[in-house]
Amino acid sequence: MAEITRDKFKVIGKNLKSMESISRPNIGYWQDAWRRIRKNKIAFFSLCLIGLYILLAIFAPMFSKYNFASQSVEEMNQSFSSAHWFGTDSLGRDLWVRAWMGARVSFTIGFAASIINACVGSVMGGISGFYGGKVDMLIQRIVDVLYGIPSMIVTILLMLVVGNGVHSLILAMCCVGWIGSCRFVRGEVLKLRESDFVAAAKVLGVPDIVIIVKHILPNIMGLIITNLTMAIPGAIFQEAFLSYIGLGIKPPGCSWGVLAKDGIAQLRIHPYQVVVPAVLICTTMLALNLLGDGLRDAFDPKLRGTD
Amino acid sequence: MAKYITKRVLLAIVTLFVLTSVVFVLVRLMPGDPFTSDKMTPEIKANLEAYYGLDKPLPVQYVTYMKNVLRGDLGYSMKYEGRTVNRIIAESFPYSADLGVRALCFAFFFGIILGIIAALNRGKKLDFVCILIAIIGTSIPDFIMGSLLQYFFGIKWGLLPVAQYTSFKHTIMPAIAVGFYTLASVSRLMRSSMLEVVTSDYTKTARAKGLSEFRVTFKHQIRNAITPIITIMGPTVASVLTGTFVIEALFAIPGMGRYYVESINMNDYTMVLGMTIFYGAFLVIAILVVDILYGIVDPRIRLSGKKR
Repeated sequence: MAEITRDKFKVIGKNLKSMESISRPNIGYWQDAWRRIRKNKIAFFSLCLIGLYILLAIFAPMFSKYNFASQSVEEMNQSFSSAHWFGTDSLGRDLWVRAWMGARVSFTIGFAASIINACVGSVMGGISGFYGGKVDMLIQRIVDVLYGIPSMIVTILLMLVVGNGVHSLILAMCCVGWIGSCRFVRGEVLKLRESDFVAAAKVLGVPDIVIIVKHILPNIMGLIITNLTMAIPGAIFQEAFLSYIGLGIKPPGCSWGVLAKDGIAQLRIHPYQVVVPAVLICTTMLALNLLGDGLRDAFDPKLRGTD
Repeated sequence: MAKYITKRVLLAIVTLFVLTSVVFVLVRLMPGDPFTSDKMTPEIKANLEAYYGLDKPLPVQYVTYMKNVLRGDLGYSMKYEGRTVNRIIAESFPYSADLGVRALCFAFFFGIILGIIAALNRGKKLDFVCILIAIIGTSIPDFIMGSLLQYFFGIKWGLLPVAQYTSFKHTIMPAIAVGFYTLASVSRLMRSSMLEVVTSDYTKTARAKGLSEFRVTFKHQIRNAITPIITIMGPTVASVLTGTFVIEALFAIPGMGRYYVESINMNDYTMVLGMTIFYGAFLVIAILVVDILYGIVDPRIRLSGKKR
């Protein structure tokens, strides 16, 4: 057996610099989520579809020679053709333009109502969860009571008081809509309030507002956005429902709910008129739901690196 | 448990009180009034207003109304002459309840089965089919679902009657239209809850004991996986109720939803008030019962209640 002597070893030293250097570019939370959502084919396709719908809603009515409200006796109830891509309705109005004008209204209501609800709910839930005590008691009692009241009934009654139209629809939906996100944000904030990094920030004397904005909010932002995505189809659904029972958008204005209502009236004779709004509503719902599922996975740190 | 129930009951009473008051104020804020018509003269209008007590100041009306509600009297309809709101509700509610119960049975029965099938075949084709049905179900609004069913099964293929509500055949399409959304959410919840159970330790123990796969699935897995379903029963009752609104109009069913929409359009104060209170009370009690049931069924909730 050979003897192991000192001279058989050589000190090569260690290069501290190369050990510390980062071999791959840094990926932030948002970049990581974006990377994962792009990898998720279904979610990415949904995102593209919604993007396409939004673009069409903005530009299609601008570049069409027809107006969404102008009627034409000669062109009533025409099926799909090169002149009228989605056909015409019982008053001879071009359905291609009406469909995208309706998309404008439906998207505006869906996005505005959900975003306002998420903001109001987050602020209320955040205050309630972070400060606790009497403020929490007060907000939670209000939430408990409002949660028990069927939201559709309140929305219907509010619509009756404030009148028809886009603004009143959004207002009516927001009066009770923030309850859901308030409850959920409060739960998350309660969890995070006890966490070590918040305690550390408090010990260092960071003011409350900075703790909320810099330490707590980034941690629940992903969840809030996911919930927001899931809430948009709900709001579009509600608008369609209200317009359907005659409380939403009044003619000549149009939304997808109005188009569906008009189409259903013609169901027996001209079934194609219900196909257009039905397909648009259903694909939008589907895309937003699937996108929400994808976002939930993308924002979940536990699933990081599994794909 | 007793403390939990008392708290929930008190909360329900406060909710109902707030609901009634808010609706009372909102209904009076509605533009227009119930007596507007071409032939109406100011004298007749004044007489009618006096008859229904609308000439008194609002606070007095409110107190009178609340007293009557406590006695279970919802007053007279202002449009359907000589009929009380109680009677109209008593006539129309059975139809809505019947439709709602059928929709719930359909949704829960098939939703749970779909969820179980999906979870037991995780990652296979059958799972994919079940998920697809669930996603489609949450994406189609009920009135579109209803009209599509009407078109294909009623008009095109002539398999089922298009409207009305007189025999079992008539109830199939409305029940499916109302219940499909719930079916989808039930199956999604059941699938995820089953997946959790499938990988649990007690499932392993049951298999290790040498129980047959049938017994493991039915005696151990499904029984445990089914409890979370009860939690969504409360919100589900609400969504089914709003679903009946449109579907009743679509299928010409003489239920409460139709009367409700009509009364709103005709400014029938007492009807809107009475029906809203009835709906609200019904929902609040339904959710209360579900919450208490959940406490009884799931021992974990009962125990955590005791600790406090």
